[in-house]
Amino acid sequence: MRLSWALTDSVTLIGRNLRHLPRNIDSLLMAVILPVMLMLLFVYVFGGAINTGTEYVNYVVPGIILLCAGFGASMTAVSVANDMLNGIIDRFRSMPILSSAVLTGHVVASLVRNALSTALVIGVAFLAGFRPTATWLEWLAAVAVLALFVSAISWVSVCLGLIAKSQDAASGFTFAFAFLPYVSSAFVPTDTMPVVLHAFAENQPITPVIETLRGLLLGTPIGNSAWLAIAWFGGILVASYVLAAYLFKRRTTR
Amino acid sequence: MVDDVVRATGIEKSYGRVKVLDGVDLSVAKGTVAALLGPNGAGKTTMIRILSTLVRPDAGEATVAGHDVVREPDRVKQVISLTGQYAAVDELLTAEENMLMMGRLGRLGRVESRRRAAELLARLDLVDVRKRLVKTYSGGMRRRLDLAVSLITRPPVIFLDERTTGLDPRSRQTMWDIVSELVASGVTILLTTQYLEEADRLADKITLLDGGKVIAHGTAEELKSRLSNEQVELSYADAENYEKAVVDLGGSALHRDPQRRSLAVATDGSAAQVRVLLDRMEERGIAVATIELQRPSLDDVFMSLTGGERS
Repeated sequence: MRLSWALTDSVTLIGRNLRHLPRNIDSLLMAVILPVMLMLLFVYVFGGAINTGTEYVNYVVPGIILLCAGFGASMTAVSVANDMLNGIIDRFRSMPILSSAVLTGHVVASLVRNALSTALVIGVAFLAGFRPTATWLEWLAAVAVLALFVSAISWVSVCLGLIAKSQDAASGFTFAFAFLPYVSSAFVPTDTMPVVLHAFAENQPITPVIETLRGLLLGTPIGNSAWLAIAWFGGILVASYVLAAYLFKRRTTR
Repeated sequence: MVDDVVRATGIEKSYGRVKVLDGVDLSVAKGTVAALLGPNGAGKTTMIRILSTLVRPDAGEATVAGHDVVREPDRVKQVISLTGQYAAVDELLTAEENMLMMGRLGRLGRVESRRRAAELLARLDLVDVRKRLVKTYSGGMRRRLDLAVSLITRPPVIFLDERTTGLDPRSRQTMWDIVSELVASGVTILLTTQYLEEADRLADKITLLDGGKVIAHGTAEELKSRLSNEQVELSYADAENYEKAVVDLGGSALHRDPQRRSLAVATDGSAAQVRVLLDRMEERGIAVATIELQRPSLDDVFMSLTGGERS
């Protein structure tokens, strides 16, 4: 296949998914408003009682951003499952195109959606008193870490969408993304947790991402968190990309 | 034959232990319509999916426009369009956006995509709704759009998988007209259907598929001539008599209908033969309520060959 065609296919299919964004307004709002509500809840209701050694809003913003990405993941899984279930995938596959570009389209749309929702969360956070100390270089690094995180969970969501036998199942599968941040250092310092949970929270992949973002935005110590975050989510990204390619092939060539 | 655009020999496909296709041969001559006719589960859709490169056959060979479906899928994809059982259109795009997207993916330029989109939306009566999201469409509109989308690249070979199932009579007529127009313009079409009327009306050649095997092949006329000219339908007053008759005549019955408690048996239409039949019923103590003489339809061919009960 000619490279320029593969490019046209990808651009066309990314365009398709971007058009979907404003038309899926219910789920888009859910994916954005829910985390914002949670942030306000944490900052104004629970925050006063949580001792983090800093303004709670500063502490909680990185967690909310990841939570936002977690909610968005279900949209990706559902739309991939949708494509697989409603027959449009057969049409794409019966055309001389790069059919895996269908999946790339979903992932790029997920990145764009997350950029929008993250911008909104940060905007609201500023109104609630969020005062990061980051230089523009640190902001750039934070965006890069976040982009890696979102790409990785988007490809995992694609895998879940490919496994799911229904849209509801696809949505259900992604619940872990909306749950894992709670058992990390996203909302409370992990040393207040019972031993087992503490060990889990310290060693699960979300925590180093949170610590890295917090360090970049607020100047707290990063330590080896950045490398851990990159290793975890770089690994997840590669593994889920390969798995998605395999699942796509298996699901579509029977 | 050199002129066969679609050729398949000995196609086999199993899913688990179920053999869906068991040595199917099929050929479609250039510029003609062929119908794959059969009940649900006969293997029609699997056959279409193999020919459109979506599924690999376990055994057998198939070519479309001279290209092997397993070895050169990309070549095959360049000449075919597949319109499946379910409308494969994007719900969150408008009709126009769907058309343009498929045009671009089908290697048409932007200008050509727009021109073809406008032409086909007009032909399929979708101009007024072209800027509406497809999710607001009725089932019939979706299917018309699905067809329009599949025609945008002017494919020389078209596969239509049960395209008229569930269509209202007017949409079905439009569909039939379009099939006729396409064939007149030199396109080759392979369609699957459960409707005998449709196969009778559209197809130059009919292949009857049942349980993954070809059980008959020929023109509608050839298939009809396999049956005797007339048949007599015997109806029974109650289930007991009907059951007894099924046991007695089951083997020679052309079709049977438990709801109406009736059986059809081939006859030459002579009074003598009908009398023999009625005498036989009487000897066995089976009470026949009414009799009716009928001419065969393609339905009867279908039923007698597939051994099924009339639905």
